[in-house]
Amino acid sequence: MSESPIDIVGQEYSAGFVTDVASDTLPPGLSEAVVRHISAKKREPAWMADWRLAAYRKWRTMTPPDWAHVRFPPIDFEAISYYSAPKSLADAPASLDEVDPELLRTYEKLGIPLHEREALAGVAKRSNVAVDAVFDSVSIATTFKDKLAEAGVIFCPISEAVHSHPELVRKHLGSVVPQQDNFYAALNSAVFSDGSFVYVPEGVRCPMELSTYFRINERNTGQFERTLIIAGAGAYVSYLEGCTAPMRDENQLHAAVVELVALDDAEIKYSTVQNWYPGDADGKGGIYNFVTKRGACIGANSKISWTQVETGSAITWKYPSVVLRGAGSVGEFHSVALTNNHQQADTGTKMIHLGPGTRSTIISKGISAGQSQNSYRGLVRTSPAAKGARNYTQCDSLLLGDACGAHTFPYIENKSPTATIEHEATTSKVSDDQLFLCQQRGIDPEKAISMIVNGFCKDVFRELPMEFAVEAGKLLEVSLEGAVG
Amino acid sequence: MSLLAVDGLRADVNGKPILKNLSLRVEAGEIHAIMGPNGSGKSTLANVLAGRPGYEVTAGQVSFNDADLVGMAPEARAQAGLFLAFQYPVEIPGVSNMEFLKAAWDSHLAAQGAQPESAVGFMKRARTLAASLGLNPEFLKRGVNEGFSGGEKKRNEILQLLLLEPKLAVLDETDSGLDIDALQTVAAGVNRFRSADNGVLLITHYQRLLNHIVPDQVHVLSEGRIVASGDRHLAEKLEAEGYAWLSE
Ligand SMILES: Nc1ncnc2c1ncn2[C@@H]1O[C@H](COP(=O)(O)OP(=O)(O)OP(=O)(O)O)[C@@H](O)[C@H]1O
Ligand SMILES: [Mg+2]
Repeated sequence: MSESPIDIVGQEYSAGFVTDVASDTLPPGLSEAVVRHISAKKREPAWMADWRLAAYRKWRTMTPPDWAHVRFPPIDFEAISYYSAPKSLADAPASLDEVDPELLRTYEKLGIPLHEREALAGVAKRSNVAVDAVFDSVSIATTFKDKLAEAGVIFCPISEAVHSHPELVRKHLGSVVPQQDNFYAALNSAVFSDGSFVYVPEGVRCPMELSTYFRINERNTGQFERTLIIAGAGAYVSYLEGCTAPMRDENQLHAAVVELVALDDAEIKYSTVQNWYPGDADGKGGIYNFVTKRGACIGANSKISWTQVETGSAITWKYPSVVLRGAGSVGEFHSVALTNNHQQADTGTKMIHLGPGTRSTIISKGISAGQSQNSYRGLVRTSPAAKGARNYTQCDSLLLGDACGAHTFPYIENKSPTATIEHEATTSKVSDDQLFLCQQRGIDPEKAISMIVNGFCKDVFRELPMEFAVEAGKLLEVSLEGAVG
Repeated sequence: MSLLAVDGLRADVNGKPILKNLSLRVEAGEIHAIMGPNGSGKSTLANVLAGRPGYEVTAGQVSFNDADLVGMAPEARAQAGLFLAFQYPVEIPGVSNMEFLKAAWDSHLAAQGAQPESAVGFMKRARTLAASLGLNPEFLKRGVNEGFSGGEKKRNEILQLLLLEPKLAVLDETDSGLDIDALQTVAAGVNRFRSADNGVLLITHYQRLLNHIVPDQVHVLSEGRIVASGDRHLAEKLEAEGYAWLSE
């Protein structure tokens, strides 16, 4: 028998377990001393420590943004711990054999293969994918490093890149998302823990998908990962991030920064399947996902595309954007954001057209169920130099039930008289008649909803790497649990 | 044991009594035609049998192959072999017809504890059937009923009937809005479906359909109850004289 839809729908948040490892966690609160401590823990060079301190001082003068269509009590930033690492990693492991078996089991449970052997044998779900796994604040394993090195690709924890490739990190860190860009970006710049660093040299097509897996385990900690991806002239890389967290009653903060840099003719494809714990059915607990993601198409004819499937988090505040500087460069944003129960999402993108002949496409699919609120917020801006720039935006909302909300906030700032900007928006509802037709053909309502929702998201799923498209479909099904009356 | 036994059925639609003491028996191998004026309750009967939300049974019994239908979930009725061809089939944009058919068939197999049919085998079967109903196989790639013409929607209902092989088919005005060729195709589909093991409840306004699909019995529904029953000649009389004589 195949996996029955009811089994999938009946699943609770399956990544909600806690791993029992002793950890080295800083007491709550943020100060210069804490920033220095984090930097010292990582044995960072002085320039890195100074960079963090500068960010910290800027952050102290800033206030959290209040314009998003989300509601939550003010966060006490002094109640959060800014660093947590499993103790057994205090002396960073040289190889997987030295990693705590309990940690490895965590990743096994989540279906993430850290053992190259298994991955190669195709035992695990994801075969041709190199994985960097970040557990709370530290990266615990990067697989397939050697194979990538052969191709000249650097894929390692950013904490390692600070030591091994300081010139690249210094040059690009903060070049796309400046420290003072926003409150959470400044906070991240001060305390960022770990994350991935990718460098694909000129003319190289990365031989495999790269992927990072983020997991929050420790209570009362924030996760502040930082990812930096650089694609040299003519290079290509496809990168995927996934995220989970245990189920907890209190809210946890996740404030990441991702920066992408594409030189002439380079292409970066960045996909996210975000499944942070969304809180329970009554809206208790869950992750606050306040993330700044931005790519810079510096080179001519370069391309950056963001694909995101957002089903988790109590609150999502996230606008993966592209700055289109190079002539003829291309930016894409494909998004599925699903909210259920009491989840709130305010997500979208910014396409900033600076160069001539730049093009961007925005496809946003918002699905709201339960009492959730789902907003698309997007900005398309063209500068006078962006001659003949083009944007196409399509923004569709699907409502399940009457208690949820869908909102669209499109902003257009056009300073280029020769630009073409198109915007289309639709809102639809899954009707009782559609559900009844499915039921009358023997399909139970959960399966029917999931089929309709998957159909609605098809255009975005097509953009995901194959392995993850299937997973994303299943994830939607799980996330919609209880959405049918 | 009757395939379908309806006894003293009363049903409300959104709190309004529509079916008023209706009784009907269909045996395996039989075709029963249901006729009657607009608003007499024909579609209501079909929806009550299928368990549509909002249609509430207030009195009487409905059993299907000896199982009590009242209170059974709509999908369970379908899996047990009750099929309703809709008077107005709805569209489900984005879900391909093929995917929908496969999901429906899988759910039937799963309910019987059977192994799922291979996707390749099923798709081949679906394409062949579609072609035999004059539906271009391209229709299987389109969204369920999405942008289909009225006649195409009705052919699609018959395609589902033939693929799912139910025990009882309730066809609600499947002949309405069809051109002459389509009418013959649909009728041929129903005749192909009928066997000694299954039954058909054929709701129609037109005697002409009954020239193609010959019923064992014809019932006239009026104001929520059956006011006359007879053989196929009853339909001819209705065609010639209308419904007025029944209320005299
Ligand atoms: N959802 C509803 N709410 C209120 N009244 C309804 C509803 N559905 C049906 N009715 C009423 O029930 C009665 C029977 O309707 P039904 O659709 O069963 O008739 P019918 O015999 O199928 O008619 P037709 O030949 O026009 O298809 C009508 O008076 C109709 O207005
Ligand atoms: Mg009717």
